[in-house]
Amino acid sequence: MSVVIYRKNIKQVYFMGRIVLNREKCKACYLCIEACPNKVLDRDTEVNGLGYYPAKVVGNQNCVGCAMCARVCPDIAIEKVYR
Amino acid sequence: MKREKELLKGNYAIAQAAIEAGCQSYFGYPITPQSEIGEYMSSKMPELNRAYVAAESEVAAINMVLGAGSTGVKAMTSSSSCAVSLMQEGLSFIAGDEIPCVLVSVMRGGPGLGYIYASQGDYYQATKGGGNGDYKIVTYAPSSVQECVDLTYKCFYVSQKYRTPVCLLADGMIGQTMEPAVIGEYPYPEIDQSDWALDGAKNRKPRFIASIEREQETLRKRVVKIFEKYNKILENENIFEKYETEGAKLVITAFGSIARIAKAAVKKARKNGLKVGLLRPILLNPFPEKIVAEIAQKVDCILDIELNCGQMLNDIKASIASCATTIPVKFYGRPAGMMMTVEEIYKQIENCYKEIVEKKYGTACI
Amino acid sequence: MEQLVFKKPESIKDDFKISFCPGCDHGIAVRLVAEVLDELGVRENTIGIASVGCSVFSYDFFNVDIVESPHGRSMAVATGIKRSKPDKIVFTYQGDGDLASIGLGETIHAMTRGEKVTAICINNTTYGMTGGQAGPTTLLGQVTTTTTTGRKAELSGYPLKVSEILKEVDGTAYVARVTLDSPKAIMNAKNCIKKAFEAQIKGLGTGFVEILSTCPTNWKMTPQQAHERVRGEMSEVFKPGVYKDKVSEAQ
Repeated sequence: MSVVIYRKNIKQVYFMGRIVLNREKCKACYLCIEACPNKVLDRDTEVNGLGYYPAKVVGNQNCVGCAMCARVCPDIAIEKVYR
Repeated sequence: MKREKELLKGNYAIAQAAIEAGCQSYFGYPITPQSEIGEYMSSKMPELNRAYVAAESEVAAINMVLGAGSTGVKAMTSSSSCAVSLMQEGLSFIAGDEIPCVLVSVMRGGPGLGYIYASQGDYYQATKGGGNGDYKIVTYAPSSVQECVDLTYKCFYVSQKYRTPVCLLADGMIGQTMEPAVIGEYPYPEIDQSDWALDGAKNRKPRFIASIEREQETLRKRVVKIFEKYNKILENENIFEKYETEGAKLVITAFGSIARIAKAAVKKARKNGLKVGLLRPILLNPFPEKIVAEIAQKVDCILDIELNCGQMLNDIKASIASCATTIPVKFYGRPAGMMMTVEEIYKQIENCYKEIVEKKYGTACI
Repeated sequence: MEQLVFKKPESIKDDFKISFCPGCDHGIAVRLVAEVLDELGVRENTIGIASVGCSVFSYDFFNVDIVESPHGRSMAVATGIKRSKPDKIVFTYQGDGDLASIGLGETIHAMTRGEKVTAICINNTTYGMTGGQAGPTTLLGQVTTTTTTGRKAELSGYPLKVSEILKEVDGTAYVARVTLDSPKAIMNAKNCIKKAFEAQIKGLGTGFVEILSTCPTNWKMTPQQAHERVRGEMSEVFKPGVYKDKVSEAQ
């Protein structure tokens, strides 16, 4: 995700982060929620196919793409992180 | 290389034959009476740039064989009695994994530590196994140094062709005997293992070699498939020796070293006019029931001779039962390694003959 | 352009199924090994060994050739493979029950021979797959299904410190104990695993990494509490750190 800002008529592009979470792989350990510095993730209120309340991306606009969540995820449920 | 008759010790013959057969990896731990195999390999294998590892135990040795075999190379280990006991778990895994390998088992007297005398007390261990689950260890038993060579070749071929562990079941006498033999060229074709062996998942899907099956049905199918192989081996790879069985009234069954002595006794009996023959199964497992049954239907008595308390005896009895014949099966055995003489066996033949054959036909039979 | 900064490693299968319990560190360890195989570019030349225990299902996720080993015998199987195919990269993925209890003999002897293989040991102080019995690494006082009042030294001895033992073994080239309790620790663990593979690739000897891992299910803790335990009482007994590093010395 990118943010475009015009400052003195000069186009400046700032890149933000973005994560792709596969809710069907998540087993609800919530280690990612703990690891995220910017509260991008929270618990879902609906169960997934495995019967868990998976993590849910609630604030991708706050994501800086640090990939902390993906690194602590034991299930590779956070499949991709962009920056 | 010259292919001439040499004076060879059984154990060295097995080791050199394994090298000729293309054995790429040998792993072993010393135990009498087969230690010469490991000693020979320790110097020859590195010279040929092949793998030799002095394993820390037989448990480790058989699992090294498992690892080596999983890469498709010809791998072997050799051991004896109480140490082969330690390998049973590994053998069960290797059979379940369908990994080719050769085990040379040079029997000593048992149970437990027993002692180093030639014995046939491990017939059950080799053919019935101590490992868990439905599997068989294909077993060939040599009775001469020449057969040590020929059957080592056969063991490698059968193991590679059918992807199964194969055991060469010798005993202390065969392993330690020196007699002339020729180490000929490996006579079998090389079997391509590249369609299943592990060599890195390059340009293909990864492979997984294991005995574990989580689904009941796939586990059942795996075991059934493994047993189909044993049927094919019995059909295509069965070897046995029949000596003077035509027209015999009494047939001796024996395997391995004692069969040689029995053969000499049979010769003597024939010279004396007794109608006696010898059947020597060389493939012991899967057991050639049909061959025994065929003979049982034509004779009046079977005399089983073994250097144990009667192990192959039960397979003989089962074979006879399978053809609904009810001839008597006599047994003469001696456990824990005491060899029999030709005279002793001949005496047994005479007794049996008198008791059963002459009773039936009268002395005119002789 | 936005950049992809994290993705599933190539050495994890596309249709992977991580079969561990929720919050189990096994999943992280598996991914780290896969990432290292990717980074070293050796995936297509690697043979892995699945040992008995929770790690037996390696074939569900590792995208490399795998052979299953009887319980504890992984290092013997690894020896057989490496000696037969010296150009292959060989690694074992074992639990502490497998490596440090039933397979300690094979482990020490393979490493004494300096087999050029890499061993990854997951130490979670319990037998996870069979339901949480006391193992060789169970801490004193730890409650398990076979030490219901806590492990007592006079009854069942002391926890076995594998890294401390293996650093004394001459054939090892790299020995480290790591944790996975934070993103920082995970990054460190990955570097150590990489070194353990480099020890093999450079022919220096055996590479070994002991990973202090969690077993939230059998510890009866949340994954967060479990990590707290790793940081606390587990790290006190099993001190994390690099115990031997011939890889850096050789550079």
